[in-house]
Amino acid sequence: MRTRLRKWSLLLGAAAVLALPLTAWAQLSTFDLEKALNAESHVGNLTGHAKDAAAPYRRYCVGCHGTLGDGEGENAAWMEAPLYQKPRNFQLGVFKCRSTPTGTLPADQDLYDAITRGFDRSNMPQWNTLTKQERTDLVAWVKHFSPRFATEKPGTPITIPPEPEVTAERIKAGRDVFARVQCWKCHGVQGMANGPSASTLTDDLGRPIAPFNFTDGTRPKCGDTDQDIYRIFMTGLDGTPMPSFADNIKPEEAWDLVFYLRTFMSQKSKEKELAKQLALKPVDPNAPVGQQ
Amino acid sequence: MRVSSRFHLRNIFQFATSFAAVALVLASVVLTCSPPANALPAFARKYGLRCSACHESWPMLNYFGQKFKDNGYQLMNDRDAPIWQNPGYWPVVFRITPIWHRVSVGKVQVDTYTNGAPDGGQAVQRVSSSGFDLSGLDFHTGGTLEKNISFYLLPSSDPTGAFHFEQVFVRFDNIFHSSWFNFKLGRFELDNLLSEKRILTLTGNGGVYQTYHFIPVGDGNIFGQIGDNQLGIEYLGHSADDRTRISASLVSSSDGNVNLSTTANAYTGFFTGSQAFDLGRMGVQRIGFYAMAGQASTYYLTQGGVPLGGSGIGNRSFSREGFVGQFYFGPHVGLTVVTQHGSDNVWFGQGYGNAEATDGNGGTTATCSSPTPGCPLNNVPGTTLASGAQAPSWNGVTFEGHYIYSPQLIFISRYEAERMSQQANGDVCGGATCPTNLGNISTYTIGFRYNPFMTSRAGLAWHNEYNWLHQDGTGPANLVTGALTNINTSEILLGLDFDF
Repeated sequence: MRTRLRKWSLLLGAAAVLALPLTAWAQLSTFDLEKALNAESHVGNLTGHAKDAAAPYRRYCVGCHGTLGDGEGENAAWMEAPLYQKPRNFQLGVFKCRSTPTGTLPADQDLYDAITRGFDRSNMPQWNTLTKQERTDLVAWVKHFSPRFATEKPGTPITIPPEPEVTAERIKAGRDVFARVQCWKCHGVQGMANGPSASTLTDDLGRPIAPFNFTDGTRPKCGDTDQDIYRIFMTGLDGTPMPSFADNIKPEEAWDLVFYLRTFMSQKSKEKELAKQLALKPVDPNAPVGQQ
Repeated sequence: MRVSSRFHLRNIFQFATSFAAVALVLASVVLTCSPPANALPAFARKYGLRCSACHESWPMLNYFGQKFKDNGYQLMNDRDAPIWQNPGYWPVVFRITPIWHRVSVGKVQVDTYTNGAPDGGQAVQRVSSSGFDLSGLDFHTGGTLEKNISFYLLPSSDPTGAFHFEQVFVRFDNIFHSSWFNFKLGRFELDNLLSEKRILTLTGNGGVYQTYHFIPVGDGNIFGQIGDNQLGIEYLGHSADDRTRISASLVSSSDGNVNLSTTANAYTGFFTGSQAFDLGRMGVQRIGFYAMAGQASTYYLTQGGVPLGGSGIGNRSFSREGFVGQFYFGPHVGLTVVTQHGSDNVWFGQGYGNAEATDGNGGTTATCSSPTPGCPLNNVPGTTLASGAQAPSWNGVTFEGHYIYSPQLIFISRYEAERMSQQANGDVCGGATCPTNLGNISTYTIGFRYNPFMTSRAGLAWHNEYNWLHQDGTGPANLVTGALTNINTSEILLGLDFDF
């Protein structure tokens, strides 16, 4: 009797040990692999396939962006403004950093760049340790969450004219643009994110959001080259209060504005030197329009 | 009496196996019913990333985790400084592993008895032990003190609770705003791409890399073990995406022992370089090299015949060098290869070098007065080398393969071979020429780790492992012929490896 009990208990024990890996299989099956797995992306000469990104997404992304790509991963609850922003809800198909006009879908390259560059002042790190192919696959995976990508084409990337040379006149002109389009209302007259509207800003989902502080040494979220900053004026940051100024300012004015904003930044630059020589004063919101 | 005792043991064995089986069934049920993966401990808590973001399988780093570490435990997202953290956040993790294991040592010399009393004779037999046990306890704490200034502190205990400082360092990163200028000072793991401190296996012989610790039979150089944490300063430089990495360390030749008690006044350099390549769907492949070149004392001043701590001179040289390759064959299969060529000065080969017996964790367990039998040798003036003594050298290789089924389940296999190239001879083999294979090691380890859940708060792995090790010529001498014998040991281990 005792021998039989021992034999059975040993068999059960062995079966239990062998069965443990099967639980991993069972858990995998809870991950949604069925949705739009044919989605593709094209970055350079690489083609990404959504189905190949399921495992990397689960490994790297799902904790914040959630199984369904709705930005409701288990960590989302701990990401609160003003220090952090909620993870992106991919289902909405709305993205801040684009090369395409406001209201349009981003190009695959935009999503690829976002994954590669990450976002400062957020929990989204630079994923440049992944292979280019993995990142391209992840772009396809991100796209598969939103029905917009199935029904709409991405916008046509805007054209960025060649960057002109920085001059004192351009910086002064940039100051005028800064006053005219009222950047100071959110970003403050010295770019310190303390404009009169700053504390009232919310994103499209009604969540508090802070304007960019040009003076604290951090990098703009969508890239820190002059071209990146120019692009932000012209495309806007969809989903946020930062609009596109493509209809309000001319390309040369946008470059002027880039140069003026550089004077706020803590990094050494030719713009800062010129502004110092000019003894430029911050815009005066209380002065009559045109004399600010 | 002997018969009833054996019968009693059998009952205990039957009870134990039944108990273990029931426990396993219960564990299986609990683990099967656990929720799907979440994941993250101390750093994960800080950044809100799953464990799997940085770990191929905890604690082994993936490329992203390696970059995070190389950046000084920073994501470089302008939120790394502690000022951005909730004031209540304290970056502490503890790790301990309750286990059941069975260790079997092939040849052990034991006393023989006649009529219940020792008869003065000896026999050689296999000794197997099994039972429930505990690992040591690690308290990991680390993070940033300020942007680009970070620390790591790891008080670690053995299973009895005796603590030492396994790792302590402060590091300065991105000096001149460049990822190529990073320094750390303290006690740290050398920049081994295949990290022993992040090893996935836990058995006595399989829980370390033999290639990192190989010492020829009779050799007194304990200072060339690249797997041990060392005291010193390290420079590290890496590209922004961490594809290119270089490092150079200057460490005391003390094998990480504190208080300048062992071979003071001698230093060792450790240099690494590696380059990773993007091979598309195959993954990121990395190849690199390492080289250790150093000197360590073989001569200590004595007081009353006892070596004086910190008085080491008479430095002799040693070196370790090799290649490392980290290869991926798609998202699931990985293979890491480490080679080593090692050589010690002839004095080390004859047992000179370590004048103190250490516990391997930076502490001293005994101070010997050479030439008391069993105590380390001291190269005092006038000492001459035994006839035929020569500098020992050897070659080693480690192959470690992984099958990563998912971030929660990894299968591990490892094979290591250490082969003597030139024996020390001299006194090591009693004046005779040593067998060419004396001290050679072959070992393999297989196992799997299953994480039933992963959260940002804790980690738990159901760990199963088997290790087998063979070493030539280090078993008890044949009682009749006196010939050296080989020894085989094996261990099976099941445990719950957890951290919080």
